[in-house]
Amino acid sequence: MITGTPKPIEEILEMLEPYNNIVVAGCFGCVTVCRVGGDKEVQVLSSTLRLAREAAGKKIEIREVCLERQCDPEYLEPMRPYIEDYQAVLSIACGAGIQFMAEKFGKTPLLPGINTGFLGVTERQGEWTERCQGCGDCVLHLTGGICPVTRCAKSIFHGPCGGSVEGTCEVDKEVKCGWQMIIDRLVSLDQMENYGKLKPYKGWDASRDGGPRRIIREDMV
Amino acid sequence: MLPCTGRIDESLLLKAFENGADGVMVIGCLEGDCHYVNGNIRARARVERVYTILEQINIGPERIRMYNLSAGEGAKFAAFTNEFVDQVQELGPSPINLVRGNGLKKSEQEVQAT
Ligand code: SF4
Ligand code: SF4
Repeated sequence: MITGTPKPIEEILEMLEPYNNIVVAGCFGCVTVCRVGGDKEVQVLSSTLRLAREAAGKKIEIREVCLERQCDPEYLEPMRPYIEDYQAVLSIACGAGIQFMAEKFGKTPLLPGINTGFLGVTERQGEWTERCQGCGDCVLHLTGGICPVTRCAKSIFHGPCGGSVEGTCEVDKEVKCGWQMIIDRLVSLDQMENYGKLKPYKGWDASRDGGPRRIIREDMV
Repeated sequence: MLPCTGRIDESLLLKAFENGADGVMVIGCLEGDCHYVNGNIRARARVERVYTILEQINIGPERIRMYNLSAGEGAKFAAFTNEFVDQVQELGPSPINLVRGNGLKKSEQEVQAT
């Protein structure tokens, strides 16, 4: 899922300074699962903002909504009939959802209520860790199911590097060396021959280096 | 009255302040004694989150508190309630009620209105 963290309340209050009539919009997708932008978070954030603003003598009216997903056009449409009755939308979906809403509703300012994080997994309630950087050319079949792009701090392809010390990475003793994990797993899978199959260099053309990416599935459009 | 403090979430507690409460007291069963395993432990975590929120928005974190009691501790319930009411009275009306002009003595309201 796409993870994120709430923005500090002071920062949100500052963004909302010019407005007194807004929509707070959550998303039932990823951000609900990582407890940063779902229905509950919409309610808590809206109450918090109303209390803070009223106590400061500048009341704010808030319409609370939570969309199925903010990254699909059909779920944004139900907002169209009322969107222009509000001065702004504070969205607590991921950056993709916020931008998509901004594109669809050109006359309404969109404000981010969260800091979007990474593609990750839930380790336990309240803890998420990164797994994939969407490089566009997956090599997990050769690396024992462990991503060298994400799990290696340098994203190198034939590690471990000289900074690997007893299984930890030189950037932080709390971080496991991605390449040590890959080698250990290849050994336990009896697949060390895969190490030699890694490409001599990784082409990053399918990654971010060519600018914003697009996927077109001819069989679907 | 809720069947279990585990039903309480942050938005319910904040709503109480929006509705004009000067203080909110959450009373759950004794820890380790929840009929639903850990409802009261979850409630405590949520009360603590609201505590932080109230601090951030200057409503005053002392206005919310969680107590744990068994159904047989009537005298303790009365004592805790008196203690909390005293604490909230000492704090005075919440900033929300001050803005709304509620909770002040009549003479004070007149001063505020002038
Ligand atoms: S808008 Fe973002 S958070 Fe919501 S479902 Fe889409 S990708 Fe996930
Ligand atoms: S190799 Fe690329 S696509 Fe595969 S997990 Fe790593 S970043 Fe994601």
